[in-house]
Amino acid sequence: MKPFDYVEIRVPAKPQYVSVARLTISGLANRVGFTYDEIEDLKIATSEAITNAVQHAYTEDEDGEVVIGCALYEGKMEIMVADHGKSFNFEETKAQVGPYSEMEEVSFLREGGLGLYLIETLMDEVKVHQQEGVTVFMTKHVGVEQVDGNVKHISS
Amino acid sequence: MNISVELHQKDLLVVNGIIKGEIDAFTAPILREKLSEIDLKENLQVNIDLTDVSYMDSTGLGVFVGFYKSINASNGHMELIGLSSRLKRLFDITGLGEIMDIQASSGEVKIDETV
Repeated sequence: MKPFDYVEIRVPAKPQYVSVARLTISGLANRVGFTYDEIEDLKIATSEAITNAVQHAYTEDEDGEVVIGCALYEGKMEIMVADHGKSFNFEETKAQVGPYSEMEEVSFLREGGLGLYLIETLMDEVKVHQQEGVTVFMTKHVGVEQVDGNVKHISS
Repeated sequence: MNISVELHQKDLLVVNGIIKGEIDAFTAPILREKLSEIDLKENLQVNIDLTDVSYMDSTGLGVFVGFYKSINASNGHMELIGLSSRLKRLFDITGLGEIMDIQASSGEVKIDETV
């Protein structure tokens, strides 16, 4: 048995569907057990990736699709957003996605400003893969920040 | 999913705005359009209430950055008020919180229930 449940969402590459995908992510993240703040982070990060796909991947007259693949683990969620409208073999694509490097031509993500920055800040791990379009791969763990931030030492 | 933007000309040099709903790739252009209708007189003060904004991402930040630049160019001032702790955080992690005049909602100091 696979160690995760997989859910794939396909939406037209149009801005009005970003919120639809965001709602779905919110529901899935709730299943995994993320806190309210973590779910809000996931919603923003995913919206940023989809918005990039919608705004940059397609010319106005093209009917593209954005595919959002979500792998739900025990205490972890992986999300892939691809702008080329093809379904993933999730494991295969994940293996191909290299670490994000400043050397890569990712100006498409940086233009318009803060999208990629927010993704990197809000998620635990981010990779960008560019081949037949762009794939953003991101991971978030349940309760990572909370553990570090709220450990209290009992002295006595 | 919707956005509502109300603008009230309080007096000659004060405009109060109220935004409600979600600001994302779909609604940000609507907000930008609305804000562009404001006549940017010298020394204009624009207060925008975000109390009922339930979601915002970089598309919304982009709109406010654009408006901030325009109003500053005419010696005006933009103030964003009623930010939830989520919205405040968004401005803070992007560094915009230090540049812009933003006021968190009074409920901001409440105990974080998620911990």
